[in-house]
Amino acid sequence: MDKKTISLAFRASLPVLAGYVVLGIGFGVLLAKQGYGSFWAFLMSLTVYAGSMQYAALDLISSGASLVTTALMTLMINARHFFYGLSMLDRFADAKQEKPYLIFGLTDETYSLLCGDVPEGANKRQYQLFVTLFDQLYWIAGSTIGGLLGPIIPFDTTGLDFSMTALFVVIFVEQWRSAKTRIPALLGLGISLGCLLLLGPTRFVIPSMVLITLALAALRTVLEVKLS
Amino acid sequence: MTGILPIILVTAAVTAALRFLPFLAFPGGRKRPRIITYLGTVLPYGVMAMLVVYCLKNVSILASPHGIPELLGVAAVVVLHLWKKNTLLSIFGGTAFYMVLVQFVFCL
Repeated sequence: MDKKTISLAFRASLPVLAGYVVLGIGFGVLLAKQGYGSFWAFLMSLTVYAGSMQYAALDLISSGASLVTTALMTLMINARHFFYGLSMLDRFADAKQEKPYLIFGLTDETYSLLCGDVPEGANKRQYQLFVTLFDQLYWIAGSTIGGLLGPIIPFDTTGLDFSMTALFVVIFVEQWRSAKTRIPALLGLGISLGCLLLLGPTRFVIPSMVLITLALAALRTVLEVKLS
Repeated sequence: MTGILPIILVTAAVTAALRFLPFLAFPGGRKRPRIITYLGTVLPYGVMAMLVVYCLKNVSILASPHGIPELLGVAAVVVLHLWKKNTLLSIFGGTAFYMVLVQFVFCL
């Protein structure tokens, strides 16, 4: 264990700490309202570990949805994780026994932290492991606390979940400044906005991911010149 | 009426399958089609933009407050970050600013 790496991983994970604890508490409170206390919130955050899917599962649980509906819904909401995996193939190439856990824990937020560079002076394998582990601990803690204490939170947390948006915006700005070409970022922005306007908030993610991937594939010869 | 446990198990299994699929399809380090390596390099740029849009997907431009708090919040994060280049400051400063906006300024 390299203390410096652990502290760098902890620092990097701080924005996720705020977001996950708040979103986790929100999830735990809602699940408790359906009569499933903190044990169930803990179990879901331990085994499913997918924020937006766990929120969607609240509806499935309350309506007693069929397992086929549950599977299809999960497939639709979490298909983007398949694309995350594609871009982590090389970044996780050095990982050994921790690799299955890194893959299991590849949420939106952990992906956003790990697709950047490993900080200077950090041990890459341990850094990836601890960022993943810290993030899941925040999520488990938040949702379990939500199940226990949710209804008696002492201050107004409205808007605190904006920290997640802010995290993605900061990473976007960093990429914007350092990228050799801004075409992929602009494509991503334009295609997702277009799909959101045309298809609405519940259906735009998968078409966006597919179109972004196809557009990037089509522009490969142009972009590879700019990247090299 | 399906119970909570089967729903949790199916949700967990499908999520894990989606996460593991790329690694199972392209095992063994660096021998894979060049297009996949290329996509791995450029996708994060496109995805990050998509995630920003995803976070703001439920903001309504037509209904009051017309997405103004979100627009100002994002602008605050961008300006703070270009100015100070401190990730934590940009995120917490921007979030605090947004919370003040939605709790006190645009609390209709």
